[in-house]
Amino acid sequence: MVQKLTTLKESPSQTAGPYIHIGATPNWVEITGVWEEDLGLVLVGSETKGERIIIKGRVFDGSRTPLKDALIEIWQADADGLYNSPEEKRGKADPNFVGWGRQPTDGVTGDYKFETIKPGRVPYKDGRLMAPHITFWIVARGINIGLHTRMYFSDEEAANGQCPVLGRIEHKHRVQTLIAARGEENGLATYTFDIHLQGEKETVFFDI
Amino acid sequence: MSDQGPFYQRDRSWHPAAFTPQYKTSVLRSPQYPLLSLDNTISEMTGPRFGHNKIGPLDNDLIRNFAKAGDPIGQRIIVYGRVLDENARPVPGALVEFWQANAGGRYRHKKETYLAAIDPNFGGCGRTITDEEGRYWFRTIKPGAYPWPNGVNDWRPAHIHFSIFGHAFAQRLITQMYFEGDPMIWQCPIVSTIPDKAGIEQLVAALDRNATLPMDAMAYKFDIVLRGRRSTMFENRMEGN
Ligand SMILES: [Fe+3]
Repeated sequence: MVQKLTTLKESPSQTAGPYIHIGATPNWVEITGVWEEDLGLVLVGSETKGERIIIKGRVFDGSRTPLKDALIEIWQADADGLYNSPEEKRGKADPNFVGWGRQPTDGVTGDYKFETIKPGRVPYKDGRLMAPHITFWIVARGINIGLHTRMYFSDEEAANGQCPVLGRIEHKHRVQTLIAARGEENGLATYTFDIHLQGEKETVFFDI
Repeated sequence: MSDQGPFYQRDRSWHPAAFTPQYKTSVLRSPQYPLLSLDNTISEMTGPRFGHNKIGPLDNDLIRNFAKAGDPIGQRIIVYGRVLDENARPVPGALVEFWQANAGGRYRHKKETYLAAIDPNFGGCGRTITDEEGRYWFRTIKPGAYPWPNGVNDWRPAHIHFSIFGHAFAQRLITQMYFEGDPMIWQCPIVSTIPDKAGIEQLVAALDRNATLPMDAMAYKFDIVLRGRRSTMFENRMEGN
């Protein structure tokens, strides 16, 4: 026998199930009057620094059917590449930008949409800059443990080419699964980021 | 010594695999490529922090927070516990959100088709923030078991869904709480996605007679463990130095 370690095991994950919206976005599923506003719906205000952008897309299963019961959370740096978190030790982030958002996929079409700002660059652990990116976390019925991925920007080709994280993807054609295509809608930059859980275009997911 | 280092690698053998055919919906929703291992960067070691000002006084009282004309039907219970990390230290300021079916096993959701009645006085959602010792508690009614379309006759054991935000996005976790003594736990295709019996038992809340409110509510204790981080005591050098 040896001495016992005092570490605990992480609580095992269980699927969010089909009704996560009851807990996460109750107003969105017409449970009103419990609390006023669902958390994470609004990321930007008039004071927020940075380029306004829209991110939209769908989450597809292995039969290319969009998920209509998923919940997506995003987490990102501000326009200067700082996170609004007590764990951020490099400086003080924009006080008018929390950087966290939460949106359901539409119950009929499966579309999701975030209005946010384009983040600045954040260093990798060795000090090299990563390309601008937004962290995504996807949960839904049938997903046993939340999936982490990242969205990168199609108009950041040079930065993407130097990003130490993208550089770790062995199968180069899969890098494209993380790059959202820039477009324009009513004078606003839009990025389309479809997530594929399975199949030919399966998105790169991370074990972080 | 501080805990600012990267998080311990997630023990994927303790969690359910993505592909678990007994839970049919997972078949088409499970990634088939291996996950790309990524040593934590600042993007994962940071996370949003939710202030107590976001939380209303009834947010942790599911008996009262939706009721219009009287109390919900069902057995009144208190659920309490602590949010800890893998180093067994409390996680203060964690946002804990929960949602559940009513006493008849019916969710308040327009896509829900189970024939059990909706309770006009029960919404089924709540949330709270852990205190300095990582403690949380809420009051609710015990949810009922319900059937679901998987096998022709599969039932979920009574359960409460939990979503937990610790201090970093890498700690993000959704899980479910089950109730001590429920035989349905061991017949559930979703529960059985957890490979280890001890892992399942970690999600079973204990009936705590000492915490009950006599003539009012029974109490269940449910502790939640989030990922812990490496100590930085030997990591003062920069990478590559
Ligand atoms: Fe459920």
